[in-house]
Amino acid sequence: AALSGGLRFQVSKALREGRVTPTDLCQKCLSLIKSTRFLNAYITVAEETALKQAEESEERYRRGQPLGVLDGIPIAVKDNFNTAGIETTCASNMLKGYISPYNATVVQKLLDQGAVLLGKTNLDEFAMGSGSTDGVFGPVRNPWSYSRQYKEKSVPKSHSEDEESNWVITGGSSGGSAAAVSSFTCFAALGSDTGGSTRNPAAHCGVVGLKPTYGLISRHGLIPLVNSMDVPGILTRCVDDAAVVLGSLAGHDPKDSTTIQDNFKPFELSDLTDVSKLSIGIPKEYHAPGLSSEILALWSKATDLFKNAGAKVIEVSLPHTRYSIVCYHVLCTAEVASNMARFDGLEYGHRSDMNNSTESMYAATRREGFNGVVRGRILSGNYFLLKQNYENYFVKAQKVRRLIASDFVKVFGSGVDILLTPTTLSDAVPYMEFIKEDNRTRSAQDDILTQAANMAGLPAINVPSALSERGLPVGLQFIGQSFQEKQLLTVAKWFEKQVKFPMIQLEVKRHDHGAFQHEKSASFS
Amino acid sequence: VLNRRCVEAAVMTGLALNCSINKKSLFDRKHYFYADLPAGYQITQQRVPIAVNGSLSYSLCIDNKMSQMVTKTVRIKQIQLEQDSGKSLHDDTRSQTLVDLNRAGVGLMEVVMEPDMCCGEEAAAAVRELQLILQTLGSSQAVMAEGQLRVDANVSVHHPGEPYGVRTEVKNINSIRFLAKAIDYEIQRQIEELEKGGTILNETRAFDSKLGCTVPMRDKEGKQDYRFMPEPNLPPLILYDAKSLPANVNHQQVVNIDWIHERLPDLPSVKRAKLVERYGILPEHSFTLLNEDGLTEYFENVVKQTQMKPKKVIGWILNDLLSYLKQHSLTVKESPVSSFLLADLLNLLEKKEISSTAAKQVLAELWKGEGKTPLEIVKEKKLEVIQNQKELEQICQAVIDGQENEVMAIKAGNQKVLNKLIGLVQRQTQGRSNPVLVKQLLEKKLS
Repeated sequence: AALSGGLRFQVSKALREGRVTPTDLCQKCLSLIKSTRFLNAYITVAEETALKQAEESEERYRRGQPLGVLDGIPIAVKDNFNTAGIETTCASNMLKGYISPYNATVVQKLLDQGAVLLGKTNLDEFAMGSGSTDGVFGPVRNPWSYSRQYKEKSVPKSHSEDEESNWVITGGSSGGSAAAVSSFTCFAALGSDTGGSTRNPAAHCGVVGLKPTYGLISRHGLIPLVNSMDVPGILTRCVDDAAVVLGSLAGHDPKDSTTIQDNFKPFELSDLTDVSKLSIGIPKEYHAPGLSSEILALWSKATDLFKNAGAKVIEVSLPHTRYSIVCYHVLCTAEVASNMARFDGLEYGHRSDMNNSTESMYAATRREGFNGVVRGRILSGNYFLLKQNYENYFVKAQKVRRLIASDFVKVFGSGVDILLTPTTLSDAVPYMEFIKEDNRTRSAQDDILTQAANMAGLPAINVPSALSERGLPVGLQFIGQSFQEKQLLTVAKWFEKQVKFPMIQLEVKRHDHGAFQHEKSASFS
Repeated sequence: VLNRRCVEAAVMTGLALNCSINKKSLFDRKHYFYADLPAGYQITQQRVPIAVNGSLSYSLCIDNKMSQMVTKTVRIKQIQLEQDSGKSLHDDTRSQTLVDLNRAGVGLMEVVMEPDMCCGEEAAAAVRELQLILQTLGSSQAVMAEGQLRVDANVSVHHPGEPYGVRTEVKNINSIRFLAKAIDYEIQRQIEELEKGGTILNETRAFDSKLGCTVPMRDKEGKQDYRFMPEPNLPPLILYDAKSLPANVNHQQVVNIDWIHERLPDLPSVKRAKLVERYGILPEHSFTLLNEDGLTEYFENVVKQTQMKPKKVIGWILNDLLSYLKQHSLTVKESPVSSFLLADLLNLLEKKEISSTAAKQVLAELWKGEGKTPLEIVKEKKLEVIQNQKELEQICQAVIDGQENEVMAIKAGNQKVLNKLIGLVQRQTQGRSNPVLVKQLLEKKLS
């Protein structure tokens, strides 16, 4: 349907016009994946099936009957989405070797549009984390660690030190997907977002990360972390691409009772010329402790940009922001404890050899299958759900959640259209520094700017905005009103045009790909 | 995803049990680890169930003869929707547990009754009535032996005027008969225990049908904390009635309580009342008719095909047909005598072509299922009533002649002895005489 819509898709256009073929595209991406293996962005590369899908797509283009804009476009999917016939591990020992019999709804939708599934991307185990460092397959490396921009700015500590110890994290938990998009190995990737897991790595990797409104996109087949906050996330290199992917994914799913019934109409993003009718809110509580001065300055610059263009920019208050970390902690761990109860080694996944009794088998299986982060959250969650604690923790947290959500309702109700905030507290930190603090501390720190949107179910998007002094990407976040993705993306697209974020100059050892980045087909828009 | 049919079944059952249907009900997760619970939790309705505060009326016979029935009521606390678990089969010889997950996740309705019943008989009658209601509604086939209806009994004892005692829960009851047995055993056990100074533990016991007693179940290590949490994937269940139904709504997406109410079939109590009114049978007869699968239909078919009054037909159905079926463990559907054949037979009787004694003989033949019609059997065995009055008069005369003492007694005023003479004539005629006619003839002769 979008084919006739007049959207500008460079690579899609190239495919339609036969200037490049789907198999070409697929092979180039697979080859690039191989040469960027050190990024550890992919857990599984589905080479055979991808090539087959590419061939089928090619056949359709030959007959002049492509399925849509996404036909033949290589994509990657975070490894917590079920994919039929392809391993789904959630970066955990618990599901190593697990092959799902079905596709998650969003995966199926993409395949139905002719997209080519290259593989499953790396993440923090069971999506718990903000660094993509705590999965059993090891950490994901930020492609910007290997960019000319970063290398030029970094001061080597000694002659022998090289990128091997200096590399920076992707952020998380959808780090693999963000890295995959950032390093050009695919044109779009699916992530998930529960507390910022799509927007955070998007900011650190310099890509667009969209968290849709809760209930807009089906979660069927997304292995749940927090059912009441999870959404599938979309990672692309530009806002227009995100809109296209959104269009193919959104809508009611009878298999997911939390999706809304209303019909969703895919939209084209128009070029906004006049922002004078726009009212941008700047929540003062997002001037969080630990926010780097760089990002503060960038945020300020962005507000000036809007002001100068004629938009109304006002300071607003979301007073309950400071309670959101604790509230999130209680609700998240409670749901985690519940959702992880199904991993008992009996029906699927890892099963321990311990067989003295069912209970001992459960205990051993779960100890062997889950890492410390997962186990820690399960224990906390069970504690909060105990009868004697339920009222004081779980119910209280639900009430606080309602207050947090109401903050947004009030602000939007007062005439503000969109909120503008930073996405992260700083640019990406080096891995060696990141691991000095534990997962829980890091998550608490890093989620502060992103998780309120999950609590309130609101759509939010990271737009890469500038490079930091260290030559690493920094992004800004726009938070929109429920189900107003069109307005959100329109504003984001305008902003993207203004800031002209630079393309990554990836220096990969196999130089036949050096030219790749300059192809017009960097994005499919 | 919620199963619509389950919601409809629960609403129907709630309405049939006079419950208030909650227009908004909620789903919760009940967490515990067990091999037959694949998700590690069961989805149930702990906070707000779909229906509450109903009642179930049932009838009991005061004595064993079904001649006096009394109506009792048990309050229904609530009906909740929940998921079934899988089935565990314990293989003790190999120290294994085998788990069958086929039924895991299937929808269940739990009907919770208040402790208003006092003994096994009451519980059995209440559950039997519930079974009939469920079958009539189509909510469930409710066959206990197949696990379609599962009953757990909560039993406690107390002295009159004192608060209820500690209760035990009795599980593993596989039939209504065992339900009554289990409850009565448990009541007795608790009384004996208390009378010797012991205490009752709040425990779960299993009914052992072979030994006829209850035994403690495997210890559950203290009280379980199920860590209830709202089910995040199921929004609150909203039901509508005619007033609250929003306009322009997709009918596949909503359940309308009033719409269901209008389409409820006749409940057993209504069916029984109608049978009594239409056919003039006794209330206890209507209970038996409904209690046997297919019997009401059989009865009504016979009535349609015969001139005999329903009040008389019922006797043949309940005494002759039913007792035969019970003796041979047959269901009504398996009866070798069809309603057509029975009606045929009753017609012969009604037309006085045979006596009732003869009719019973014919029926005995019909049970053999050899395909003969009643008329054929009558002819074959020469069971026709003697139509020849002269022949009958001769036999009467012969009897009179042979019973001098009895004749004298009758002439002296003892009318009861006449029955003996009638009996003798019957024996002479091998049951082929019309007793009314015989009486007339004898009286005429003796006057």
